[in-house]
Amino acid sequence: MKLQKATYCALYAVLELARDPELQLSATDIADKYNISANHLAKVLRDLGRAGLVESVRGAGGGYRFSGNLKRTTLFDVIHLFEDVGGASARARDSHEGTDIGNALNLVLSEIDEIACATLGSITIGTLLKTMRWRNERAARETVDS
Amino acid sequence: MSEGGFHKEMQVDGVTFLIRDADEKDLPSVTDLHAYNTGQHTPDYWRETYHRYGNSTEGFFYVCTIDSQFAGFIIGEVRAWEFGSEPCGWVYTIGVNPEMRLKQVGTRLFETVCEQFRKAGVGQARTMLHRQDNLNLSFFRSQGMMGGPYIELEMPLD
Repeated sequence: MKLQKATYCALYAVLELARDPELQLSATDIADKYNISANHLAKVLRDLGRAGLVESVRGAGGGYRFSGNLKRTTLFDVIHLFEDVGGASARARDSHEGTDIGNALNLVLSEIDEIACATLGSITIGTLLKTMRWRNERAARETVDS
Repeated sequence: MSEGGFHKEMQVDGVTFLIRDADEKDLPSVTDLHAYNTGQHTPDYWRETYHRYGNSTEGFFYVCTIDSQFAGFIIGEVRAWEFGSEPCGWVYTIGVNPEMRLKQVGTRLFETVCEQFRKAGVGQARTMLHRQDNLNLSFFRSQGMMGGPYIELEMPLD
C-alpha cells in the first residue's frame, strides 16, 4: 500500500505530537526531523487542525499539539483526510463496473480494500505508539542478551 | 478445568480483580453477555462449550469478577493448527460486561490466558475476528496483536 506524501506528513505530525500530548512543536521542528517540506507540512497541519486532531498554540514557545483522542483516533481517521482509503470510487472508474470481468475484479479489489480499512480502522494512535515502545524495548532487550 | 483450579487475584489501580476457572454457575452470566454482544441467546451452546473447555483439560475457560460481580470471560486453547503451522495459543472468545468496560478487564483476562499459553510451551497467540468487529479488533491490536501470515478463506455451500 503506497500513501501520498501529504498522508505521510500527516501521520508523522500526528504521531510525533501524540507521543507527548503536552509538547508543542512547530511545523519546522517536525519537518526537519522527517526531512519534509515545512511549507507542505504547514498546509497539512491546517487540515489536521480543521479535523480537530491538532491545535495551534500561539505566542512564544507556540506551535502545534495533539488534540485528538489517543484511544479513539485511528490511522484510518488520519489517512482518510488525505486520500480515498477504500478506493471504491477510483475502482468503479477503472474496472468497467457492469461487465462480468469488471465486477469480478471489483470483488477481489474490494476484499483488499476492506482488509486495509479494517486494519487501519482498528489501530489507534495510542496503540501504534504503544507498539512502537514495545518494539524498542524488545530490541533493547535483545541487544543486552546478545 | 485446569489442574488444581485456577485462581488469581490482583490489585490494579485500587481495583481487585479475581480471575478464576469458570464454574457452571457462571454460565447464565456468560450466556447473557454473549446474547448482549451478538443478539444470540444460546444457553445450550454455552453449556457444551463449558463442558469442552471449562470442565476439562482441553482449554482455559476463565471468568473475571470485580467485587464478586461478573466482569467478563475468556476462552482459549492450545491448538496444533492446520496446514503445518506450529501449535499456538488460540483465543476462542472474549467478552467483557459492558458495565465493567474501561477497567482493563479484557486486558487482565487476555494477559492471564497468554500466561497459560506460555506455560504450555507455545510461542504465538492467535485469534480470528470479523473484519467489521472493530471493538474486538481494536482491543486485540491494543494488546500487541498484528495480522499474521494466515488468511481466512470461505465460500457459500449452496
